[in-house]
Amino acid sequence: MATVTLSAVGKTYAGGVDAVRDVNVDIKDGEFVVLVGPSGCGKSTLLRMVAGLETVTHGEIRIGDRVVNTLDPADRDIAMVFQNYALYPHMSVRDNMAYGLKNRRTPKDEITRRVDEAARMLELAPYLDRKPRALSGGQRQRVAMGRAIVRQPSAFLFDEPLSNLDAKLRVSMRGEIRRLQKRLGTTSLYVTHDQLEAMTLADRLIVLRDGAVEQIGAPLDVYRRPASSFVAAFIGSPAMSLLDARVADGRVWVGEHAVAPATVPAGEVTLGLRAEDLRIAADGALPMRVDYVEELGAQRIIHGFVEGQQIAVTETGADSLPSDLRLAVDPGALHLFDVATGRRMDEAAAQPARELA
Amino acid sequence: MQRVKPLDHLVLILGALFMGLPVIVALMSSTHSAVEIHSNGLYLTPGGDGGQTYEKVLTARGGFTGDVTGLLMLGNSLIMGLGFAVGKIVLSMTAAYALVYFRFRFATILFWAIFTTLLLPLEVRIMPSYQVMATLGLLNSYTGLIVPLLASATGTFFFRQFFKSVPDELLEAARIDGAGPWKFFIDVLVPLSKTMMAAIFIIMFIYGWNQYLWPLIMTTDESFYTLMRGIKSILQVWVGSQIPDYNEAFALAVLAMIPPVIVVVVFQRMFIKGLTESDK
Repeated sequence: MATVTLSAVGKTYAGGVDAVRDVNVDIKDGEFVVLVGPSGCGKSTLLRMVAGLETVTHGEIRIGDRVVNTLDPADRDIAMVFQNYALYPHMSVRDNMAYGLKNRRTPKDEITRRVDEAARMLELAPYLDRKPRALSGGQRQRVAMGRAIVRQPSAFLFDEPLSNLDAKLRVSMRGEIRRLQKRLGTTSLYVTHDQLEAMTLADRLIVLRDGAVEQIGAPLDVYRRPASSFVAAFIGSPAMSLLDARVADGRVWVGEHAVAPATVPAGEVTLGLRAEDLRIAADGALPMRVDYVEELGAQRIIHGFVEGQQIAVTETGADSLPSDLRLAVDPGALHLFDVATGRRMDEAAAQPARELA
Repeated sequence: MQRVKPLDHLVLILGALFMGLPVIVALMSSTHSAVEIHSNGLYLTPGGDGGQTYEKVLTARGGFTGDVTGLLMLGNSLIMGLGFAVGKIVLSMTAAYALVYFRFRFATILFWAIFTTLLLPLEVRIMPSYQVMATLGLLNSYTGLIVPLLASATGTFFFRQFFKSVPDELLEAARIDGAGPWKFFIDVLVPLSKTMMAAIFIIMFIYGWNQYLWPLIMTTDESFYTLMRGIKSILQVWVGSQIPDYNEAFALAVLAMIPPVIVVVVFQRMFIKGLTESDK
């Protein structure tokens, strides 16, 4: 168990490309931190720098109280789970899990004990003598996790471990990873591009964009108070609708329609609206033209346009819809972002949306 | 099931006959006496002298020194074949490992330099190679017979392509598991390469087994005689009215065929098994 500390960590590739810039994070002992962002945002590079598979060009990485910048991956006391499992195809499940321990000259009976324990925990006991190719995708991923667990490392590193699984298995494995991590209490750093996975797993989220940290926070805080329009659009499904709006006379206007009062300085703004914060109401402030509807069973998502700009609304009704609706907006549910920088323009208008009713 | 088409089988049968008949002719003719062959031509039916001929070929002492038996030649050919196959696999695997996994300058250029030597057959460098071996005092030795031909562009190329297809994550997983370069090679790459090794083994064993020119030049001592040279020397005896020992030449040829066939049969099974079971 250990903390992982990144101070001003950066990675510049030969040729001057900054893959990762100035990342500062303190990961507490036992914390589950998820790095999330679109592909190419540097999240995997950052993880691989912690693992020691990429060199660190700027800053300092500490695991526990050791600076590990120049240590070999094997000496960093970490274990990693890869997207394609990276199991040794010619070794049995048992040997796959035991390989790292053997290389560390762990006593034989200790290896057996740890492998058996991990196998029991992961329900892999019946498969210990099989080769990876005789296992299903989910089982392979469990073996990969078993390989990490038996090492009893200071930290687990996960590199999109669920991307190769089908949707249903992904959900159940997600739960399993979470349960396991809680039980073992091992500090974990997890990379994913799937915001849902990130939301459900994380104690804390790190949203990355173009190699820089966009926001760090607990999933709900990030969801409720996205620090930028990028985070707002990335976290949450359906994505937050972002509208071109302006502030004038103490109100937020979309086209000719006053949406709600605002305290930010007058001028152009980006207005963010969560789909669930919008209500269909006859006296609503915003006219919406319906484009298409996605039925999800428990609710449905209505996609359409307000003043020619895309917007999404969730509601639980099942009636057929007219082609034109009016939407009412909860005044406390506005997210205003600076047009130029995309940063959140704070204050009054942006209270946490919808307290428990 | 697909319907059996007679024409497909006709082609197959013709092909099989085309490839198989000479072998059968050689086998059958080897069981007749030299005189019969000389007067009646080749045979498609077995004769009565087979046992005697094979025994003579394997055990009779021949050559100028009178020490060369068929068994000795068989042994020498085996040493050549195995030495070539094993040596080339070891050398080309390690070379390919270095080319693929170690980052050093000019690796690509180096690889292509090796690759272009594919275009140069042994015959091109046979004089300088001989000179080097002679200077090193390695004429008439197994080392001299085998070592100069070990560098294999084909093998290096195959192994390089194979190593490149091994996912990087495997290397990374091994690094995290505390396996150094050597352990990764032995514990992961070598077992994964089994099928490649089987394929290269087949090719190189036969290449070594069939070597004729190089042993001919490299060795003057008859105890290094190989089967290929033995066959040739039997047919060379055109002295006076003496009939060449056709039957012995055929018997030797048949014997020379057996080990490569065994190698192919054994390793092909492994090769195919490996192909169907492997997933990296």
